[in-house]
Amino acid sequence: MRALTWQGKHDVRVETVPDPEIVNPRDAIIEVTSTAICGSDLHLYDGVIPGLMSGDILGHEFMGRVVETGPKSTLQKGQRVVVPFTISCGKCFHCMKQQYSACDNSNPVEKQDLSEPLYGHAMSGLFGYSHLTGGYPGGQAEYVRVPFSDVGPIVIPDGMDDDEVLFLSDILPTGWMAAENADIEEGDTVAVWGCGPVGLFAVQSALVMGAARVIAIDHHPHRLELARKLGAKVIDYTQTKMLEALMEMSGGFGPDAVIDAVGMESHGFAPDAVSDQVKQAVGMGADSAHALREALLAVRKGGRVSMPGVYGGFVDKFPLGALMEKGLQVRTGQTHVQKYTKDLLKRIQDGELDTTFMISHRLPLEEAARGYENFRYNQNEWTKVVLKPGTSLS
Amino acid sequence: MDHYERRRLADHAPERGSVLFALGLGAAAGAAGYAWWARANRADRVDHPGDSAPGRTARRSRFGGYAVTGRTVTINHPRQELYNYWRDFKNLPLFMEHVKDVDVQGDLTRWVIAGPMGRDVHVETRITDARDGEQIAWRSTETSDIDTEGKVMFRDAPAGRGTEVLALIAYKPPGGELGRWIASLFQREPALQGRRELKRFKMLMETGEIATNRNRRTAA
Ligand SMILES: NC(=O)c1ccc[n+]([C@@H]2O[C@H](COP(=O)([O-])OP(=O)(O)OC[C@H]3O[C@@H](n4cnc5c(N)ncnc54)[C@H](O)[C@@H]3O)[C@@H](O)[C@H]2O)c1
Ligand SMILES: [Zn+2]
Ligand SMILES: [Zn+2]
Repeated sequence: MRALTWQGKHDVRVETVPDPEIVNPRDAIIEVTSTAICGSDLHLYDGVIPGLMSGDILGHEFMGRVVETGPKSTLQKGQRVVVPFTISCGKCFHCMKQQYSACDNSNPVEKQDLSEPLYGHAMSGLFGYSHLTGGYPGGQAEYVRVPFSDVGPIVIPDGMDDDEVLFLSDILPTGWMAAENADIEEGDTVAVWGCGPVGLFAVQSALVMGAARVIAIDHHPHRLELARKLGAKVIDYTQTKMLEALMEMSGGFGPDAVIDAVGMESHGFAPDAVSDQVKQAVGMGADSAHALREALLAVRKGGRVSMPGVYGGFVDKFPLGALMEKGLQVRTGQTHVQKYTKDLLKRIQDGELDTTFMISHRLPLEEAARGYENFRYNQNEWTKVVLKPGTSLS
Repeated sequence: MDHYERRRLADHAPERGSVLFALGLGAAAGAAGYAWWARANRADRVDHPGDSAPGRTARRSRFGGYAVTGRTVTINHPRQELYNYWRDFKNLPLFMEHVKDVDVQGDLTRWVIAGPMGRDVHVETRITDARDGEQIAWRSTETSDIDTEGKVMFRDAPAGRGTEVLALIAYKPPGGELGRWIASLFQREPALQGRRELKRFKMLMETGEIATNRNRRTAA
């Protein structure tokens, strides 16, 4: 089959690799019909997440048709399914608590040794996301072996387009959980850093959950425009004094809740951001956390901090004092996708959520490398890239 | 054996480091090891009376002539079923690396364990204490290549969270070349290997399979 492989920093290529097979009883094989590039993939592309090996197949946002099932799979051949990026067994303590991204049993034992010293506990398995999370071959490919196929994949009714449901695999539940983690109360002002796909879905979700005001922050005019169309107020951080503006736009309180949908590669021109970027560039294992620092200063006393943005290592100059002295609550994590898919599918069917507005480009899988490059360097126009295996070159 | 089982075995091709845990778990009961046993299990240590951590988590790793390791894991599965599965030693190679063959003759069990450079290590163990649903203890007999003993304990986890399984292994480095080899392995990564075996056991019991990132049954 053809698959997008990581070869090194800023070097991804579509190559021919062996087709996957059923290996464990609960597996299914999916023939991919749509797969997307995620902001998380950019962290891999930029080489800031450890534990990738050259030749690894990337991709964790995918859907397709079931073509083969193991004896313990509950799927049937021919069904259309969206597959959560989190691989979860459905039986362990964490899965029973619906903390699917903390599953104990999905990361192969030998791979758990990598993250255990780093984080104190082993991570669960994720598709196409480095060997820290299992080294599972990902979904930017023609076929994928899906473990625990009786628990993860959600069956899609006929008549719904791929584009409408594809993002159930990750960014839609991620934006939703980000808003849920913000614990929104009536009258709240919620500020969202980053108007990438995750930030945009967080904006939409916060509004659905009843936030009185949502303020979206970025510097790409088109991305800000998408947020404005959803109903958010927007701030271009290159033009505005952020902390002052956020105070003024929230009645002098500061936002009740803040959402960091930027993650470890935050841009910025403040001294802390520049020093982070230098450390990242020289490979000191430091995450760039400018947006998060700003969010911690902006949020009101006793407010909530929700962090869907991904961090992998350590940060410097973290305003721990602000966290403690202001009595903040922090909630974060890889998304517990399986917890949300059913409810969100219904909301899509009911027309409550728009899931297609951010798709800017659809490319054949063969052109995936071009998709990565543009999603990375032309962020303003390239807001979300969907890849289609099996289609011819454009 | 279906292909899943074969695959499991294939996945457990020998890798340096885990022989000892397998050995320990494979190994059965004498008075000799009793001293470490008591100490490793004692809740309040003599040398650190204010601390209720188990002895096996002590900074030192030697108890008399024995090296000791142990690990606890909670498994979301009924205690009796876990006990029954483990008690049938024929099942253990399904989740233990290196155990090539298990032959049960009454109280005695013979284990063939894949050693370095294609060499097999033979251990014979005798069950020293088996309490239904609670614990299995074993000790190696004199004919064994290695002097080891261990036990695995099962107790109900709080609030219906399943079963806490604790495995404890002690091992006395023998002399000679084999001994040096084993000692070096054991001192390097005993806890790591114990952890791996128990995690595989947990996976198998909770999910019915052992996670792998391989997407082909056979090497491509
Ligand atoms: N928690 C999860 O399970 C999960 C799932 C998916 C993605 N993520 C993470 O969410 C984050 C966003 O993902 P995405 O797909 O939207 O990525 P993206 O790269 O498309 O978007 C990030 C946006 O942040 C903006 N930005 C950068 N620095 C900023 C700053 N200082 N202030 C405000 N905006 C800033 C960028 O201009 C960009 O528009 C990433 O870290 C990604 O890894 C997490
Ligand atoms: Zn993603
Ligand atoms: Zn689980």
